[in-house]
Amino acid sequence: MPRTARLPLSLLRAAACTGIAALTLTACGSGSGSTSAGTGSGDVKVGLITKTDTNPFFVKMKEGAEKTAKAEGVTLMTAAGKFDGDNAGQITALENMVASGVKGVLITPSDSKAIVPAIAKARAKGVLVIALDTPPEPESAVDALFATDNLKAGELIGEYAKAAMKGKTAKIATLDLAPGVSVGVQRHDGFLKGFGIDEKDPAVVCSQDTGGDQAKGQTAMENCLQKEPGINVVYTINEPAALGAYTAIKAKGREKDVLIVSVDGGCTGTQAVKDGTIAATSQQYPLKMAAEGVKAVVTYAKDGKKASGYTDTGVTLISDKPQDGVTSKDTAYGLENCWG
Amino acid sequence: MTATTTPYAELKAPTTARRLLTAPTTGPLVALLLACAFFSLSTDQFLTGGNFSLIVQQVMVVGTLAIGQTLIILTAGIDLSCGAVMAFGSIVNAKMAAEGSLPPLVAIALGLVVCGGFGLLNGLLVQKIPLPPFIVTLGMLNVAFALTHIYSEEQTVTNLPGPLTALGQTFPLGRTDITYGSLVTIALFLLLAYALSSTGWGRHVHALGDSPEAARLNGIRTSRLTIGVYTVAGLLYGIAALLLISRTGVGDPQAGQTDNLDSITAVVLGGTSLFGGRGSVLGTFIGVLIVGVFRNGLQLMGVASIYQTLITGVLVILAVTIDQLSRKKAR
Repeated sequence: MPRTARLPLSLLRAAACTGIAALTLTACGSGSGSTSAGTGSGDVKVGLITKTDTNPFFVKMKEGAEKTAKAEGVTLMTAAGKFDGDNAGQITALENMVASGVKGVLITPSDSKAIVPAIAKARAKGVLVIALDTPPEPESAVDALFATDNLKAGELIGEYAKAAMKGKTAKIATLDLAPGVSVGVQRHDGFLKGFGIDEKDPAVVCSQDTGGDQAKGQTAMENCLQKEPGINVVYTINEPAALGAYTAIKAKGREKDVLIVSVDGGCTGTQAVKDGTIAATSQQYPLKMAAEGVKAVVTYAKDGKKASGYTDTGVTLISDKPQDGVTSKDTAYGLENCWG
Repeated sequence: MTATTTPYAELKAPTTARRLLTAPTTGPLVALLLACAFFSLSTDQFLTGGNFSLIVQQVMVVGTLAIGQTLIILTAGIDLSCGAVMAFGSIVNAKMAAEGSLPPLVAIALGLVVCGGFGLLNGLLVQKIPLPPFIVTLGMLNVAFALTHIYSEEQTVTNLPGPLTALGQTFPLGRTDITYGSLVTIALFLLLAYALSSTGWGRHVHALGDSPEAARLNGIRTSRLTIGVYTVAGLLYGIAALLLISRTGVGDPQAGQTDNLDSITAVVLGGTSLFGGRGSVLGTFIGVLIVGVFRNGLQLMGVASIYQTLITGVLVILAVTIDQLSRKKAR
């Protein structure tokens, strides 16, 4: 065992005990009248629960919420799961926010179905619950949904890819999200719809799940190229997956022959469109989702009016190689409006 | 490494005050009380019955896993598979009851058997081949994770029959609603604390962790004991699976992915030594409460959740440091 410097341990413990005694006394002395930093009890509190707090998409969402909260003079509380799919973490955060007396909670569910009972409990206590980006299943589990139309986002890049191929025989790889996650399913289906084919079409030669992760996207693409070296169209669930795919394609020296399309419109991804790595991407607007969400909670706090139904927060096709018959904007616009 | 501790039976009888100061649970308890005092002063909503009931609900799943983890760590082992085994158990429970049209109680029993079986298998591999616990349970983590996703077909299982979520129901205690699941967790902690401190089995578990060789020479059947510990831990994961379902109301194949490390965190924060032989499940209960109190308290204060991870990390390192220093002291 390595030798370490000795610390007078019993002394440390004694000091700690004295500390607690002092604190307990203070607590008794001050009674119930406690002062809290920042959060006065008269404030309107808004909660924001994202899937993770490391993904730039959610960082941008948080930024939008913070800005709007500041402008509206309300207190924003934020929380996130530990990983994408961490339902228990989101439930815990939701409960804690309800306990702290929030007026409304904005949430991007990690698990569309599993979060539903917890949302029902929060709503039963009079909390306005709005889903951002990802709808729960059923959608009626929340008061309102502010999100990108993911089917349309997929359709736009599907139409673009179809036009760009100009009748050439397409061999398509789809790099998807994960089974059963609505966002991924809708984008995938939208892409096929836009391209004018269905799931069973022989043009789709390879489909792999990537979790939206760059390293996994690269691995998936490597395997797809192993299976079918002639792939010339790649649909990706998001730009990290697209960049991973590009690395794999470049390693085979085929980057000039393969058309990559994606969804998201993050700044790194939009820059990749400008650089020509990605041909086109459907840009979405997380900042807007959060800003609208916070405003809806403020409205509810002021006059008790609850937001309801679905609000489309918009999607724009970004590309520097526009195709006939497909409306798109260039990367200058894309970079101005990107997130991350 | 295990040879450096003094066998607990030979320790000189210290004074009561000294014993209190050096008991492995004292440090964690002080930390917990300090945290509670701090949050009580910082936010109005912290110090209420309802909030404490909530914190216990939020830690009951990881807490129950951590009881099994404590048992295994006391034998100088480790279990990386606990969260994945629990997730598989919960999917077995949910699917059997919701789609397999088995009576709910049979489905629950089946989930327990499956989790106990995983524990037994872990124990057999650790003891009979023998293989290092880290490797066995790392493998089993992947096996259980994959089986969960294959069997569930990646779908969340909904529409569960009532008995499966019964532990999530509440009863009023004064003006506070308590869930039955919280009681189950607390009862399990008390039961295992008693078994470890006051039965021959408990003394044997400690002795095994201190020195397997010495335990064997003293006539303890270490092979059976090890396999038994892993099996009991597996059964506890089965109960955790049921608690998980009762809490979320669904069978979720994504559940429990970080629960193995979370349970180890709780065990370490509770003052149990990763080198085996030294520690207690009551310490683990305090450890799991520390995590829960920080998460809840910081959230109530409006502090972003990433700071809770930061603080947990610092606390773990602090706890292990104290363990190391006190082991040197005890030598």
